[in-house]
Amino acid sequence: MSMMTRSDLAGVAMTPDNIRTKKLPLGVSLLVAVVAFGLAAAIVYGAGIGNWVLVVVLGWILYLVGLFLAASRVEGSRAARNRSWQSLIYSACVLAILPLASVVWTLVSKGVERFDANFFNTSMNNIGARDANGGAYHAIIGTLEQVGIATLIAVPLGVLGAIYLVEYGRGKFANTVRFFVDVMTGVPSIVAGLFILSFWVLIVSPWFNNGQPRFSGFAAALALSVLMLPTIVRSTEEMLRLVPGPLREGAYALGVPQWKTILKIVIPTALPGIVTGVMLAVARAAGETAPVLLVAGGADAINFNPFDGNQSSLALFVYQQAGDASKYAPARAWTAALTLVALVLILTIAAKMLARRNSLTR
Amino acid sequence: MGDNPSRSTDATAGGSGVTGRHARPAGTGVSPSSYQEPPIGGGGAPLQRKARFSMETGFRGLSVSAGAMVLVIIVAIAVFLISKAVPALQANTANFFTDTKWFPNDAQPNFGIAAIAFGTVLSSVIALIVAVPIALGIALFLSHYAPKRLATPLGFVIDLLAAVPSVVFGLWGRDVFSQPVKDFSVWLNHYFGWIPLFGGDGPFGRSILLGSLVLAIMVLPIVTSLSREVFQQTPGMNEEAALALGATKWEMIRTAVIPYGKPGVIAAVMLGLGRALGETIALALTLGTVFTISFNLIQTGGNSIAANIANTFGEANAIGRGALIASGLVLFAITLVVNMAARAIIYRRREFRDSAA
Repeated sequence: MSMMTRSDLAGVAMTPDNIRTKKLPLGVSLLVAVVAFGLAAAIVYGAGIGNWVLVVVLGWILYLVGLFLAASRVEGSRAARNRSWQSLIYSACVLAILPLASVVWTLVSKGVERFDANFFNTSMNNIGARDANGGAYHAIIGTLEQVGIATLIAVPLGVLGAIYLVEYGRGKFANTVRFFVDVMTGVPSIVAGLFILSFWVLIVSPWFNNGQPRFSGFAAALALSVLMLPTIVRSTEEMLRLVPGPLREGAYALGVPQWKTILKIVIPTALPGIVTGVMLAVARAAGETAPVLLVAGGADAINFNPFDGNQSSLALFVYQQAGDASKYAPARAWTAALTLVALVLILTIAAKMLARRNSLTR
Repeated sequence: MGDNPSRSTDATAGGSGVTGRHARPAGTGVSPSSYQEPPIGGGGAPLQRKARFSMETGFRGLSVSAGAMVLVIIVAIAVFLISKAVPALQANTANFFTDTKWFPNDAQPNFGIAAIAFGTVLSSVIALIVAVPIALGIALFLSHYAPKRLATPLGFVIDLLAAVPSVVFGLWGRDVFSQPVKDFSVWLNHYFGWIPLFGGDGPFGRSILLGSLVLAIMVLPIVTSLSREVFQQTPGMNEEAALALGATKWEMIRTAVIPYGKPGVIAAVMLGLGRALGETIALALTLGTVFTISFNLIQTGGNSIAANIANTFGEANAIGRGALIASGLVLFAITLVVNMAARAIIYRRREFRDSAA
């Protein structure tokens, strides 16, 4: 490279000064930092207007300004602007990591307090405000049953819907469906809960219960499946689109009908991706509180039957313990939150691992 | 395992046979009617007559109805919410859209969504004002600044955070984050109390500020991961062209990356807004549940449609439930409009459709 330029531009002296712009030395930016934070500390403590947090914030602002001024003197304004934006982007990253790290730290440090066998073996039945024990067994049962039923409802519907969109759907109707699948992704969970409340709990369930509306885990499962459906359709659709066309054409050329091609060729090829999408949807549904609160009602006792009577769920358990006045409630809430996050994260990480091993990639 | 090589040789043999047949002179094998002998290598039976009802039509019908199910559900949500909301709205003695009180369980039910709708929009907008610049900064960091060895695990962590349930953020906001926000509110009130936003005499604590900041932390991972994907898709040619013209890194980002990613980023922000508007439990745990319209951010107060539903559902009677369903209908309409606008933006630029899902 340098050989070429030298031969092309004969006569121009290629000294370092000629080919390189001036760089702000690292020492100068360190000096700016020291001065900025010192000045900030002097201002804040001198005027008595705040504590160390303000020193850090003010010092950071002064550092950015000082760096910009120093850099524009040495390197020129364009390079200085470049430098400032880079610092801003880096500080955005630091700023965001602080609260998120605090969430994780609190979750673990407060969650391990009640992370014992008693918590996972008992329910909240007959646990008064003065009882230190009590656990989330009933809530875990509820979460597993509700999410399981919701998955059983949403997966066939979602996969079939995606098959329609990719394999059969042409024209206006398919575009409408695709658009509303996307829109439905944004339906708030509380609206899904209200929908099942007004449809299933208030209108359908009285038919089976002597005219009385009845909360049930199944209703919660219905609400969760409404939330899972668009996510599953979207992720499955994306995966089906990645299946190479020649695979389908090969099957058609052998005289295989389209439905058999889809079931025997397209779906098995896309299966790992579909499973990934389903697991992500399950993880999202497991963390939903509002629908369960509205249509399953919450319960203290263990209820194995999702079709009859109130049920709780882990997320709802966290919410109810958070609102409980007992001094033992916060510990239970945090442990349940830790359990819930562990469940969700295991599902999510497993899904991502599966996605990484997927041979179909963009 | 052992029979694989032999199978492949068979396939090769079959392949050469096919070419051999194709190499026959034209006229003998081209027209199907002139076939005298059955095909050698498993050509298949003659085409069957199409049955009136076959597995094909059945399967197609099944998948079409599954696709239509989505439309049915959207319509059903609207229909059932309206059907349950109308009796409560008829019993309402106040104006539903302008009243700020919420007493649907009284003998003379009077309730209106003005205060809670205002609180919903205010807390979401503040959350986005806080979250979006930071989210875009992180997205740019992950896509253009961080070394790949750092960017991949960090992006993975961001995706994981997007999956953390909202009730956990709500609990954290109430138990841990409220104290620093309270101190900050007192400080703001002391030095900036002359601005109406930060005025008031307290108490400070469970305020719009706390709720909005918790919301901001929650939408941050979503906006980040969506816009990171958009930024990553910037054509390398554009970036290199900008750099080749002597642009600094920031100028390259400003002239090549941001214009290219703009529709995707707008859509990501709208989706984050949709998420923030519908957020329930985190706000139910952090807002002060006061039914007033006030721009004061730091005094105890604030409420939102979704949080109000979660908080008052327990003691609601039939009319009260109807009133909550009516407020949910309004929330549904708002989020539907926001989401449809976001999707319309994405659809106008088709190339973003697959990334910004």
